[in-house]
Amino acid sequence: MQIARVVGTVVATHKHRKFEGAKLLLVQPLTLDDQPKGIALLAIDSVGAGIGEKVLVVIEGKAAGDALGRKAAAVDAAIIGIVDAVEVDA
Amino acid sequence: MQLAKVIGDVVVTRKDDNLTGIKLLVLQPIAADGSNAGRTLVAVDAAGAGVGETVFFVRGKEASFPFYPVEVPADAGVVGIVDRWDLD
Repeated sequence: MQIARVVGTVVATHKHRKFEGAKLLLVQPLTLDDQPKGIALLAIDSVGAGIGEKVLVVIEGKAAGDALGRKAAAVDAAIIGIVDAVEVDA
Repeated sequence: MQLAKVIGDVVVTRKDDNLTGIKLLVLQPIAADGSNAGRTLVAVDAAGAGVGETVFFVRGKEASFPFYPVEVPADAGVVGIVDRWDLD
């Protein structure tokens, strides 16, 4: 999983039916010191995240489908938690 | 599977129901010589690992298999604590 920040919402009217009702957010992966790393990606939100929040993102198809609660959905990333704190010792 | 050092943990209160009770660890993957290799990631813990330990982890949906039949939405999981490794 990666830690990311929610930086935007995505509206798409015309989409595959498995996406109906799913909230799509744009998330920017972060390093442990909160710097953006890599390109932003679209993730399904199943926990009610909002813009600016730090979240835990799973980047794997089957796991993202489980988070969405639909089998064989064409998704590859999902927000699975909202991060309260990251405690790093190194 | 890959070697990594556990360098931290993540506190997540609001989360997917199937993550309840599962510890989340921050991992730094390491190379065979023990040096840092690649970017850090967060993994579910299936081995009872803690900060400072060297572990091995699996990537992909297989990370959720230790929690079967619960469908844990994970893409990386710690599956063992490494006592030592030797190189020729």
